[in-house]
Amino acid sequence: MTLIRFRDDQPTDEPPVTLEHFLDDAGTGAVRLEPGDDARALLPELGRVKLVEIAFPTFRDGRGYSAARILREAGYAHELRAAGDVLIDEVVAMRRAGFDALASRAPLDPAAVERALARFPYVYQKAADAAPPVWALRHG
Amino acid sequence: MYRYDEYDQAIVDARVAEFNDQVARRLAGELTEDQFKPLRLMNGLYLQLHAYMLRVAVPYGTLSAPQVRMLARIARDYDRGYGHFTTRQNIQFNWIKLEDTPAILELLASVEMHAIQTSGNCIRNISSDQFAGAAADELADPRPYAELLRQWSTFHPEFTWLPRKFKIAVIASDTDRAAMRLHDIGLKLVRNDAGELGFEVYVGGGQGRTPMVAPLIRDFVPVSRYVSYLEACLRVYNRYGRRDNLYKARIKILVHEIGADKYRAEVEEEFAGLKGLDLDPPAAELERIQAMFAPPAFETGLADAVDRSDPDFALWVDQQTHPHRAPGYAVVTVSLKPVEGIPGDASADQIDLLADLAERHSFGELRVTHAQNVVLPHVRKADLHAVWQALDAAGLATANLDLIGDIIACPGLDYCSLANARSIPLAQRIAERFADAERQRDIGELKLKISGCINACGHHHAGHIGILGVDRKGEENYQLSFGGSGAEDASLARIVGPGFSEEGVVDAVETALETYRRLREPGERFLDTYRRVGLDPFKAAIYA
Repeated sequence: MTLIRFRDDQPTDEPPVTLEHFLDDAGTGAVRLEPGDDARALLPELGRVKLVEIAFPTFRDGRGYSAARILREAGYAHELRAAGDVLIDEVVAMRRAGFDALASRAPLDPAAVERALARFPYVYQKAADAAPPVWALRHG
Repeated sequence: MYRYDEYDQAIVDARVAEFNDQVARRLAGELTEDQFKPLRLMNGLYLQLHAYMLRVAVPYGTLSAPQVRMLARIARDYDRGYGHFTTRQNIQFNWIKLEDTPAILELLASVEMHAIQTSGNCIRNISSDQFAGAAADELADPRPYAELLRQWSTFHPEFTWLPRKFKIAVIASDTDRAAMRLHDIGLKLVRNDAGELGFEVYVGGGQGRTPMVAPLIRDFVPVSRYVSYLEACLRVYNRYGRRDNLYKARIKILVHEIGADKYRAEVEEEFAGLKGLDLDPPAAELERIQAMFAPPAFETGLADAVDRSDPDFALWVDQQTHPHRAPGYAVVTVSLKPVEGIPGDASADQIDLLADLAERHSFGELRVTHAQNVVLPHVRKADLHAVWQALDAAGLATANLDLIGDIIACPGLDYCSLANARSIPLAQRIAERFADAERQRDIGELKLKISGCINACGHHHAGHIGILGVDRKGEENYQLSFGGSGAEDASLARIVGPGFSEEGVVDAVETALETYRRLREPGERFLDTYRRVGLDPFKAAIYA
């Protein structure tokens, strides 16, 4: 497993628990969402969340991208970690969807990740990252 | 026409560089085929029965003459000398080598083209009305709205790994030339009572194994917010679309299973939540794009009369031209359906000729139709005879638009690894049987569509006559169905009865059409007669 973080803070030591466990136990602060879990169930409890880990059992299952954006749109600012089948070719979309930590099952070369993230100079649409869409650049 | 600016060009160039890298890693063995497959698919590269196939995006079916020349060059240098226009207004090259694909993508990028998202479980190329900007009946040119969606959907970070592929069509006329309601999302530009422009949004149409005509999900979303409305539509699908079964993963199944009302409510909730996020491009962006689609400088004072003294030419004019909004001009559809041909195929030389004709006679513009023909949208009526002569010399003057010879057929078992039966030879048998031009015109409008498997790429569900090839105990067998339509009167075809051999299905089509000729009332198309009298008289004649 490789963990690449795009945050300056220290990662929490708390192991993420299932959504059900998290909602039952007000003492927990780290949660793992499976693809079928409803990210919106977390919204009333966002105040105590320090880490959301979103599972990608396979890179082909894109539900985690919507979960990530929903959390960021709701104002969640702590660590949002993509975990599992995280491949180099997905890191741009993951960063744009709001992930700021990548925990890949297979080794991921940090230098290759940097290169991939630098590849596309512009983006067409507004997402959960800070990149301005080209329509904003065109019309300032 | 839309022209790239530095931003568009930089994005497409970066994609070429990325794909070069992916191909190099695949050729070096660093990527497994399993890992490479979804990446190549998102660049339109399929592995077919005999070779790789590259599908090139033709956004909303519009091409410029230099782009068309580049397609001819690719056909000549990297394929076997021809290209295949598809039912999604794209073009495919069927004999591509993997190691050539980076060079091909670079050539495409040099003329502002790409193969981005022409495959894969993502938002595909946006399709539209092939007569956009020329049709007399449109509210406004739909292509600027489609271009805005092209940009929005390109590398959309949330919607790159959807449950299944996603197709969007945009039209702006009451006449539907784009089979809008057979798309995952169909948008129809309308004006509301207050005089504002917006879209009717239809969601959950499609063909494939489970054909559905899309229900109306919203009767008006203003143009200022249609992008974020689609964002909401896609998010609901991405979250709740089925991922347990490939064949139940399209949005039509979700909308059908939860119902249009529940789907609509979910979308409205998302849409409300997205409101404060400023996801919609500003009006200035739409205006920037619209300026590039400004009508060409049509001449005024042109005569509408056409010299019809040459009977072959007069027939071609009657069959292949449509009214243009500008006096003295016509819309020309070039049939890619000669009797002996492969529907949608054109040779490199023919493609070059189309580019020449567009440059000389159509303000440098061409269109691809979902019926696999090519349109010269803005031809002076005074030039029609010269255009016809040039087309005729190149074998492109077949006069069969919307007649039985104008068959849509998928590549079928001759190319496709999914197919159960051949489509192209059957299309050729039918075209031969009805080769007589007078007979075709007597039968009148007849949309015959052939698919070589239940995935329905040949649109057989939407055929006035649809034919589906299946495998029955190792033998090709063809099921016949009647009554489909992809037009504004969209409907799904119904299976007639037990299937046929290849020869048998041609006979059955002929029997059905003789029955129609016997039963028809003045002005009725086959479809109209079928709808009036029902299946029984046809069935009785066919299985007599």
